Parts: sequence; structure tokens; C-alpha cells
Amino acid sequence: MALPYDDDPKFAEYAHPERLVSTEWLARHLGTEGLVVVESDEDVLLYETGHIPGAVKVDWHLDLNDPVARDYVDGEGFARLMSAKGITRESTVVLYGDKNNWWAAYALWVFTLFGHPDVRLLDGGRAKWQAEGREMTTETPVPAPTEYPVVERDDSRVRAYKEDVLEFLGGQLVDVRSLPEYTGERTHMPDYPQEASLRGGHIPGALSVPWARAANEDGTFKNREELAAIYEEEQGLLPQQPVIAYCRIGERSSHTWFVLQHLLGFEDVRNYDGSWTEWGNAVRVPIAVGEEPGEVPAR
Amino acid sequence: MSAPTADLPAGFAEIVDDFNAVAAPDRLQMLLEFSRNLPALPERYADHPELLEPVPECQSPIFLIAELEGTGDDAIVHLHFQSPREAPTTSGFAGILHEALDGLTAAEVLAVPGDVSDRLGLAQAVSPLRLRGMAGMLGRIKRQVREKSARLTGPS
Repeated sequence: MALPYDDDPKFAEYAHPERLVSTEWLARHLGTEGLVVVESDEDVLLYETGHIPGAVKVDWHLDLNDPVARDYVDGEGFARLMSAKGITRESTVVLYGDKNNWWAAYALWVFTLFGHPDVRLLDGGRAKWQAEGREMTTETPVPAPTEYPVVERDDSRVRAYKEDVLEFLGGQLVDVRSLPEYTGERTHMPDYPQEASLRGGHIPGALSVPWARAANEDGTFKNREELAAIYEEEQGLLPQQPVIAYCRIGERSSHTWFVLQHLLGFEDVRNYDGSWTEWGNAVRVPIAVGEEPGEVPAR
Repeated sequence: MSAPTADLPAGFAEIVDDFNAVAAPDRLQMLLEFSRNLPALPERYADHPELLEPVPECQSPIFLIAELEGTGDDAIVHLHFQSPREAPTTSGFAGILHEALDGLTAAEVLAVPGDVSDRLGLAQAVSPLRLRGMAGMLGRIKRQVREKSARLTGPS
């Protein structure tokens, strides 16, 4: 059985308030049957240093990726993972993590590929929970294995491949990386190593809207009015038209995907997870450099 | 399958053996122990972070410095790291390098093979992507040791 939605007035403004819970809501519902809390971080050891009581861990690199193909796990792999984490198809899954929920949003997006019905994000993530001095534990739960059905992954609705983006040139593309990555000055965000992309720049026609603009200082999402002011008014994105978001490997753009899809209610939002690591290295695909979106090549 | 250790300093060989003696989930716990045992940065550097070298190969901001006591090949190497609390994996890598290399001679540190981070069996536990950070730290330590030991022994 799905748990009740968080009726926090801030969430009520969003297009899909049922996709978010507050730390307050989570604290109140911890331990409720049907709820599984999942931590998903950039740092693979952070969970071991302490986590929300009862939370299980899902690692983006070790658990969600196929070990051989450069792709996500398939239906059987996902079912195995869900079973091991004590998640049923009926479970209400609440995801949270470090770094403004980047990896939690990414995991939520992967859960969406498998159509898991009830998956929510903890607004503000791990940092907010800790900042509020809420309980953390190093005790690792050992969930009883569940029967999770083998569901075929559906990439068609929320995932874009390189070929899709090539077809989409001229459409609403959002580059969520930092400005120096967008202009081509850097191939990774500041303070991170320069990733081995052969070229720096962006996909021609893509608008630069760094993901962080959607977040408050404490890692929570800005309210709907503030988000609409950025994406719809300032950038002129049309909610009825399809959008594709990308970054470097697809995690920061999952954050923006979540904002556009669930908070602003855009109708057709896809995440291009191949992102700049694929595009910047691909043979015979066009790029643009500098601060302007650049000219979209004729097809 | 155990990793080769014949070309490693004794302390480092022991760490490699210890990691390979346990299953992947326990390797994570060992790495966590190393992160907890990483000594705090001495006061003199805490006030002067500009003396430390950043390691951008890591996913999290980490800074390090190699100090040499004495001169030439026999100089004793001391290592200091600054790593944020919210980055235990990176701190764990630093902890391993500290335990394995601190107190060795410059010649011994320079002889450590560059691929040693691949022998800890951590690729399955933390992913090869993350392990690149540890190789980056070792590379920077060796470069500092090389420069500092040469400066002290070379013709003036």
C-alpha cells in the first residue's frame, strides 16, 4: 500500500507534489510498513559512515549499471536488486543522497525507466536531514528478499539516446552544466578533474541553465513560482513542447529532469544520459562553443 | 586470486594482502577504517592551505603535501592530507597511502609501482572510476618527493 502524500503547502504548488517528501514527513513515517528508504550517493562509503535509520543503499555505479554493457541493468537485474533491498512493486520508495540529491534524482530516474509506481525524493536530501540534527545510524538493515516482478525497461519516455538528440536538434535542449563547461572552456565542473572529452562546448542550440539554479542554499528545491520564472519566463521553455536535458554523465541532468517533469509538469521531458562524455567524443556530431546557443546545423 | 606484492614495500604489501583476504563488502569496511585513521592535518598547514597541492583526479576536493626529512634517496618522507568528512572514500584512499608510505625513504616511495591502487581488489567494491583518484594522489606524492629530494641533492 502506498503511504499518504506529504501535504506540505510548498509541495502543493508543484505539478506532482506526490513525488516529494519533507524531512518532517519522513521522520514521522520511518518504520511504517510499505515504506523503503534508499540512500544513493556520489561517495560509495558515505552510507557506511551513518544513514537514516532503516535506509538501504543503492550505488549508481555498482548497482544500477550493467557490469559489461554500457547501459543500465535490465529487467531481471533490476528485479534482483529490488528483491535484495526489500522493495516490492507496491513499496513507497523514498530516495535521498549527498550533493543536492544528484544521485538520488538519478536513481529516481532509473526507477522511472522501470515504471516503479511510487518513488519520491526527500527534499533537501542527506544534508538537510543532518543539518536538522535528525537521527543517523551505522546499523545496516538486512531486508528479507521480496518478489519483485521482471519489468522490461522502457527507455522511450524519459530517456534520450545520441541518435534521438541528433534528430531533435532545433528542439528545446537544456544544458545543465556549469557555464565554463557550456562555453567549452572546461570539460568538467570547476574543482573536478578535466574529464577526457576530446572537445569542450555544447550541443548546438542548447540553452545554458545550470542545475543549481533550481536549488536553494539548503539543497531543497525552489518553489514553483521561482522555478517557472527561470525555466519558462527567462528561458522561454514551453511546457507543452518536448525537452531534452543533458550534463556530463546524466546525474545533474536527472535533477533538472525531475524539476521539469515533476515540479513544473512539462509534458515530455527526457534525460540524455550519454551527455557530454558521449557527445563531446562522438564522431561526426556538431558542437557549438561560446556563451551563445549557436547555430543549429541544417538537416 | 591474490595480487602481486613482491615489488611493494613491506607495509604496502601487507595492506594489499589484507584487502585481498576478505570479500568485497568487507573491503568497504576496511576502507572506512582507513578513512577514520587518517591523521588530522597539522596546525601549521591548517593555517596555510596554500602550501598543499589539490588532487583534481579525485571526485572530492582533497589536498596533500609530502615533506622530506634529510636529503637525497635516504630522506624520510612524511605525508599530510586534508580531506572533507563527507568524502570517506577519498579519505580512505589517503589513509591507505599514509599508512603505507609515511616514514619510508624517498627512494622507496619513488619505487612504488603506479598501478598499486588496482591491486587492492577495490574495483568491485568502489568502481574503477573512483579508484582513479587514488592513482592521482600517488602520482602527485611521487612527483613532490622527486622534486624535493632532487632539489636537496642536486648541484647548487
